[in-house]
Amino acid sequence: MKNEAVKIIKAKKKYILEQWFQNQLENDGLREDLITNEDQRIQSEELINSFAASISDTNFDNFQSRDFEKIEDILSGVAISRAKRGFTPRETGAYVLSLKMALLKTLSEEIKDPVVLYTESMRINSLLDNFSMITFETFIKGREDVILRQTDEITEISTPVIKVWDGILALPIIGTLDSSRTQIVMENLLQEIVETGSSIAILDISGVPAIDTLVAQHLIKTVSATRLMGAECIISGIRPEIAQTVVHLGIDLSDVITKATLASALKTAFGMIELEVRKKATSKVL
Amino acid sequence: MDRIPILKMGDFLLVTIQVDLYDQLAETLESDLVQMVRKYNSKGVLIDISAVSIIDSFMGRILGNISTMSKIMDAETVVVGMQPAVAITLVELGLPLKGIHCALNVERGMELLRSKITLDIQDDDDYDDSDTE
Repeated sequence: MKNEAVKIIKAKKKYILEQWFQNQLENDGLREDLITNEDQRIQSEELINSFAASISDTNFDNFQSRDFEKIEDILSGVAISRAKRGFTPRETGAYVLSLKMALLKTLSEEIKDPVVLYTESMRINSLLDNFSMITFETFIKGREDVILRQTDEITEISTPVIKVWDGILALPIIGTLDSSRTQIVMENLLQEIVETGSSIAILDISGVPAIDTLVAQHLIKTVSATRLMGAECIISGIRPEIAQTVVHLGIDLSDVITKATLASALKTAFGMIELEVRKKATSKVL
Repeated sequence: MDRIPILKMGDFLLVTIQVDLYDQLAETLESDLVQMVRKYNSKGVLIDISAVSIIDSFMGRILGNISTMSKIMDAETVVVGMQPAVAITLVELGLPLKGIHCALNVERGMELLRSKITLDIQDDDDYDDSDTE
């Protein structure tokens, strides 16, 4: 039995492409800011061509057939590139689903017998649904890759150790402190203490969103390690919420010098190394 | 048997550990050091561990012991030149060496010791003043 739909798809390739593209243009999902019409057209044409080429009577009902590997590759490529360019899931889904609409429309125009039309439509439906699932899976995978890369980047942004004065180091900590991060922070800080011969380190935690017992323990560890290096450690940037949490959790920070702002920590540090900051004496007469 | 040399510098004792310590050596050092503190009536002990790459919990305890022993014999102990990796290891082991003073290098350590001893003398003076008043 020669399959009606396959024949139509192969014959009406051009028409389906036009229909599909028309659908895409009408769709809200078309993002001219993210992909040009030209690119999208080329992409669609390639997909249609390989779809028409690989589809046959034998594999029509079997979406797992090896003949569709090429289409799967193209779809995966499209999905991943869309995930990276920042398309929404809806827009990506609409891309494949609008092809289904175009195919169904063409079929309904070509096949006159309602029973045949119905069966063929169902088969097209299930095939295209599988394609859109593949698209979706790869889209999510692409997104996950993006997230993973960003996570790596965040970890790579090593906490900088800033020399604010001769003998005073500042260490602004942004983001949550976990064990691996504390380790990096500690190593950087201690290394810098050795290199600059600093005697005071200011740990600024204004950028730490929340503090729990574990984070506090990490902080205390860093302070102890700094002391072992012969430097004094001041923790600054303690926000009211953090102060509340620390007390409610019963964390003992009494061994550590704590200051509310980096400015007051710096002032304390100046005091500790016996420096004073004065306003310049001006000769201006009032 | 190996011994760690203990040098006398005025009121202070200077110990520079140039080899990796093993337990026996550390115990000998501990007893030698208290003997020397007594012998020279030293006011301060400076231990340079800049060449030591491994400190385990036992060594941490020995350092703590030396500090406490010297303290009750009226000598301050300063440990200088700890390597960053060693410091991190000690903290991770849960041995923050409380009660031991640390300094970055020998120079700083000497300064610290001097300031501690002058502080003590000043404190004594203060007491004398209060007594006379």
